Amino acid sequence: MSTPTAVALEDAKVAFRLGDGRVYTAVEKAHLAVAQGEFVAIVGPTGCGKSTLLNVAAGLLKPAAGSVSIFDRPLAGLNREAGYLFQADALFPWKTALDNVAIGLEIKGTPRSEALPRAQQWLTSVGLGAFANRYPHMLSGGQRKRVALAQVLIRDPKILLMDEPFGPLDAQTRQVMGNLLLDLWSADRKAVLFVTHDLEEAIALADRVVIMSAGPSSRIIGDWRVSLPRPRDIFEVRLDKQFHELHREIWGVLKDEVMKGYAQSTQAAEAV
Amino acid sequence: MSRPTLFALQALVAVVCIVLWQVLTTVPVFGKILLPPFFFSNPLDVFSQIVKWFSSGVIWKHLGITLVESILAFVIGSLGGVLVGFWFARQPLVAAVFDPYVKMVNALPRVVLAPIFALWLGLGIWSKVALGVTLVFFIVFFNVYQGVKEVSRTVLDNGRMLGMSERQLMQHVYWPSALSWMFSSLHTSVGFAVVGAVVGEYLGSAAGLGYLIQQAEGMFDVAGVFAGMFVLSAFVILIDYGVTLVERRLLVWRPTASDGRG
Repeated sequence: MSTPTAVALEDAKVAFRLGDGRVYTAVEKAHLAVAQGEFVAIVGPTGCGKSTLLNVAAGLLKPAAGSVSIFDRPLAGLNREAGYLFQADALFPWKTALDNVAIGLEIKGTPRSEALPRAQQWLTSVGLGAFANRYPHMLSGGQRKRVALAQVLIRDPKILLMDEPFGPLDAQTRQVMGNLLLDLWSADRKAVLFVTHDLEEAIALADRVVIMSAGPSSRIIGDWRVSLPRPRDIFEVRLDKQFHELHREIWGVLKDEVMKGYAQSTQAAEAV
Repeated sequence: MSRPTLFALQALVAVVCIVLWQVLTTVPVFGKILLPPFFFSNPLDVFSQIVKWFSSGVIWKHLGITLVESILAFVIGSLGGVLVGFWFARQPLVAAVFDPYVKMVNALPRVVLAPIFALWLGLGIWSKVALGVTLVFFIVFFNVYQGVKEVSRTVLDNGRMLGMSERQLMQHVYWPSALSWMFSSLHTSVGFAVVGAVVGEYLGSAAGLGYLIQQAEGMFDVAGVFAGMFVLSAFVILIDYGVTLVERRLLVWRPTASDGRG
């Protein structure tokens, strides 16, 4: 391969020890490679361990077996090349939007006088230039995600890990955020690993869509290349014929897993 | 309800109470005074006592002493509470070992310590400060302990993923979180600092508001006791107002209940 591999999971297995001593295997033998500059979306039913897999790539979780390498180096500890966008609110509530973005640089030792103007630039590029002095609780859910995006991107990570980042937002805001993400991403094409349960979002954004089976012991069961032309507009791309064909094809596989996942989660609920 | 109406009603309550008090202590009802002045004094006497204190200036010395004691108790108690709370939260083993003792000391009514403090530290301000410290410390300690332990997992992970070292996590995540919890109990802890000071003075001292009240009581000067109480409440309300101002300044980032989201 000519382009280097940004993230490589080889036979990664993730297991947790439950309170009663049993071992719960969340993910079994996951094999996944993300090339530099590639946008990969992981889609799977609720509880399939897709976020778990992302945490392994981030170094927040250690795999029980298998290996993780980042740019061909085995990952030890936290993944320093990666920026992580969380599903839940992860901004520092006691810092203003501006300080929240600037902190990414200040941690690296950039002087504050230098970090602040750059943070302001980033806020402007996510469309929040006028909201620099607001605290997170004064911002809407979508605005908070924009700040979080700026906070991660200002550090210029080589890899972007995103855990259903737009999950809590309403449908329209999600599409706007998707377009913003594509815009920012197209500037320097970082490697992206994007976890979502929304297949349409995955196809619209990604170069590759990876499907996971229902948990426990979920595996990767499908890998599709999305060759829709870029730059894409999320609103437009959904009307594309190719989009529909791909969607039908992937949904054929995903549907069974969603039903299985649903059945398992209801059974589990009854067992409890 | 409009503000002036509310204020008028609030003032009305005070006026009614004071008038009732005055009437019942001076005008016989069915040939009998319901509130004997010996036990209840009357508003005019109390008022003139307060005026006398302020016009002669004696009160300032006592107010000053109580204020100094309260501030010292608050500062020392808070400092200790923050440090120990932090330490315990970051070292679960230490917290587990000391847990029964912390509970034991906290369960103890602090008033019983006053004589011991008087014995150890004399009748000056320090025995009162010590009493206040034992009250303030636990409030701050429990809040900071909770604050550090309940830092949002996601915010913490975010800090780590942004590349924060342990020291930076301390500075940017644990510390602000702990402080916010401490400030949320600011009213209570400042109130307790005053309680510690006044109770300490009451039990044995040579100056302060508590001393003033205790002296008046010793001479069956009920007007003096009431006057002391009124000055004390005004004092506490003023301090509380100051705390509110500080709080508004420091906790701007916190959503208030009336804030809408969106």
